[in-house]
Amino acid sequence: MSDQPKFDPKTATPFLTSRGHSGWLGLAYSDHGEDWVELELPWREDLLGEDGQRVLASGPILSLMDMASGLAIWKAMDRFEPIATLDLRVDYVRPAREGSPVFGRSQCYRVTRSAAFVRGLAHDGDADDPVAHIQAVFMKIGQSADKRELPGE
Amino acid sequence: MSETDHGILTPYARSLGIALSEIEDGVPVMCVAFDEAVEGRPEHYHGGATGGLLETAGYVALRAELDQRGRQALLKPINITVQYLSAGKSRTSYAKGRVTKLGRRSANLTVEAWQDDRSRPIATAVMNVLMAEPEA
Repeated sequence: MSDQPKFDPKTATPFLTSRGHSGWLGLAYSDHGEDWVELELPWREDLLGEDGQRVLASGPILSLMDMASGLAIWKAMDRFEPIATLDLRVDYVRPAREGSPVFGRSQCYRVTRSAAFVRGLAHDGDADDPVAHIQAVFMKIGQSADKRELPGE
Repeated sequence: MSETDHGILTPYARSLGIALSEIEDGVPVMCVAFDEAVEGRPEHYHGGATGGLLETAGYVALRAELDQRGRQALLKPINITVQYLSAGKSRTSYAKGRVTKLGRRSANLTVEAWQDDRSRPIATAVMNVLMAEPEA
């Protein structure tokens, strides 16, 4: 028997973000705790929102938080299993600072047999001054999960 | 991508590969082809990429509505809530937004994304967008 955790966000993140949409964004591991994970989204000129404004688009923040939430759920469950986003809400409370990476920190506060609930924030250096808040629900899509079941049951 | 896309798409949207599919009843229908930039788990869309398509379709629908009314504004996101209804498979996705309420300072939008069968959306979104005065 070993006390070593089965899911380590630090080693899993480079594997999970090496390709695909996360790889395209350049998401990287930043930090984690028992039930939370923080990822870093580097500043990129081609991810800006409206022309003429030096502000990061909102789409990459949504992707950052979706990915950080998935990792937080696997950390909270201490295992990797297929999950799918059911519902994701993002409140963009202020623009991110020009040239700054954005950090996405998500916490999995509840896991049921079928669903996982997360909340989190995005910040650009100071977690006490977030750029966005999020709330999301994910469904487990493993063979054991009953897909007819409602979240929270 | 056509030159006309550049007027309505953000640098982020162009970079992700989002393009104008067609104009339908004055509202742009946006699309994105499936490739690695949008892939999450193998052969499926990443939830973030689907969200980015929905958000982009919302902004262009609002921009089209403002243009028709001769209004100019800087669009700033307030929030978005995405409902993921079924997995996005490895084929082109489409999205179209609708301005549910156009106010003076903010707009409420609903957006749907679909693939082969428009009557079975893969994701929907509700968005609130702030319309700021254009900078002089």
